[in-house]
Amino acid sequence: MSQLATWRTGSTRVLPGFGLSMGISVLFISLVLLLPITGLFGQLAELSLAEYFAIITEGRVVASYMVTIGAAAVAALVNAIFGLLLAWVLVRYEFPGKRLLDALMDLPFALPTAVAGITLATLYAGSGWMGGLLEPLGFQVAYTWVGIALAMAFTSIPFVVRTVQPVLEDLPAEVDEAAMSLGATDGVAFRRVILPHIWPALVTGTGLAFVRSLGEFGAIIFIAGNMPYETEITALMIFVKLQEYDYAGASAIASVVLFVSLALLLAINIWQGRFVRRLHGGKG
Amino acid sequence: MSIRLNNIAKHFGNTQALEPINLDIHEGELVGLLGPSGSGKTTLLRIIAGLENADRTAQPGQILFGDRDVTNVHVRDRRIGFVFQHYALFRHMSVYDNVAFGLTVLSRKRRPSSGEIRARVFRLLEMVKLEHLADRYPAQLSGGQQQRVSLARALAVEPEVLLLDEPFGALDAKVRQELRRWLRHLHDELNFTSVFVTHDQEEALELSDRVVVMSNGRIEQIDTPDELYRTPKNRFVFEFLGDVNHLEGKVSNGVLTCGDAYWHVDLPDGHEELLLRPHEVRLTEQPTSESHLPVTITAISPVGAEVRVELEADWLAQPWLATVRHTDFEHLALRRGQRLFAHPRHWRRFPKVTEKTTEQTRVA
Repeated sequence: MSQLATWRTGSTRVLPGFGLSMGISVLFISLVLLLPITGLFGQLAELSLAEYFAIITEGRVVASYMVTIGAAAVAALVNAIFGLLLAWVLVRYEFPGKRLLDALMDLPFALPTAVAGITLATLYAGSGWMGGLLEPLGFQVAYTWVGIALAMAFTSIPFVVRTVQPVLEDLPAEVDEAAMSLGATDGVAFRRVILPHIWPALVTGTGLAFVRSLGEFGAIIFIAGNMPYETEITALMIFVKLQEYDYAGASAIASVVLFVSLALLLAINIWQGRFVRRLHGGKG
Repeated sequence: MSIRLNNIAKHFGNTQALEPINLDIHEGELVGLLGPSGSGKTTLLRIIAGLENADRTAQPGQILFGDRDVTNVHVRDRRIGFVFQHYALFRHMSVYDNVAFGLTVLSRKRRPSSGEIRARVFRLLEMVKLEHLADRYPAQLSGGQQQRVSLARALAVEPEVLLLDEPFGALDAKVRQELRRWLRHLHDELNFTSVFVTHDQEEALELSDRVVVMSNGRIEQIDTPDELYRTPKNRFVFEFLGDVNHLEGKVSNGVLTCGDAYWHVDLPDGHEELLLRPHEVRLTEQPTSESHLPVTITAISPVGAEVRVELEADWLAQPWLATVRHTDFEHLALRRGQRLFAHPRHWRRFPKVTEKTTEQTRVA
């Protein structure tokens, strides 16, 4: 009771503005995040459970899951490797143009995804610069799932770079030197000292990149070719349903993407929390 | 393992961090590199370790461990142990895994069996008195404990040379004292060759067999702590090793005058600057025929073996510091604002130095 009283008078908090800032935050989250999601579930309520399952397990839709998840997984994996490399280069070395390269990392975020999509499509089509080079070698990128993965990788690489970069900066060069003074080769030092340190950030970044790729639409749609059962992505299936004014169907498919994304993010968060606790002195 | 440096120099861009240096460290010796920040002591230590390369000039320098030329040997093959100021422990590994690291990364041929590794790690942990914390993570340990882990980790690979970069710099005074004494014991017991870097003259003098005093990338003096304190080679060394009082004035006919103060000294005529340590100043109530140096007490600190008294006067550019025994302190009934007379027991003078060194002294 007395605790409640002191809390009411606000005497326990020295930092001002908690009520106002927290209130605005909650309002904002409600309007921007929770309200649309509630709307989505509202749409779903129009469907019976049987109808819901019929929509989300339809052959063409299931094929689109496969394409989307497969391409997103490949894109995330590629990003994990190259994003780590880019972050490493940006943190560990000094070279002319470093600031420029650092700024370029955010370009995929800043660029409208449709612009990126059209650019990639023209570049990798048979008549484009890259397509013209690759297609004679029997390697088609545009209008195949490789193109989808490429567009996904392009739009999501900043997630990996920007999550790994600060963690890598936080790792003092001394730790590296300590490993080497103890006789570790470069490879062993990386695998046993550096990688475990940045591992949580790398997994988070890769997970974010993967989730982002699941929902990407604009950048992919021009390069994908959109052949039913072959190169259709799930976001396109939602779009198709909307064009048919089948709002409930669109919501049903959207909810699948939402659940997968949420489950993945939640899993990463829980796992990472454990890891970080160990670094900061809790029982691991 | 003895260490010999021949003609080792280092540039960072256009600034010279180390002028060509020659240094011999004997087997089993504990040597302190002492100097203000920017004196090149850490650079020198890192060059010995192989974490930094010396300049490759027309006459390249040479580093010898015993008879082995390690100038171009990578740090991982030099068989050194390195202890960092901020411990540089592997935060994601337990204390046990940290200490075992150097053994587990050995090539399969040279790696001891896992049972032997375990025995060795626990022997080391026992030595640093941390065997009960083997399962903890570095973040769960205090600074002193972390530094002991880092020492055990460095010793696990049985290095021929142990190098420590300001090993106690990040610890509080009491832990520092304790670890210092403990390191000295460990060194005497295991008899490896150690080099450590410090900017704390007390630490260097207390711990080392010999001290290398550095400033501006140069070695100023190499000597035992005792010799160093008693017979400093130059003004920099004298000033860096403790508190110094300055007395500047004109000498004529064997009397140095400065304002209303005068003092009989046996020196030729001319401008002179004399230096004396706080314990070389005696305080009395009356002037003597030898000297007339009136001073006023501005601060008294009775902490420690002696009472430290700060003195000021019109003729002094900087206040003096004098140390008085507690019995004398009571006898003279010293208090702030009291006017007394100072008598130098002993003093030193050094030939004028270049501007550069004077500047360095001020930084120190």
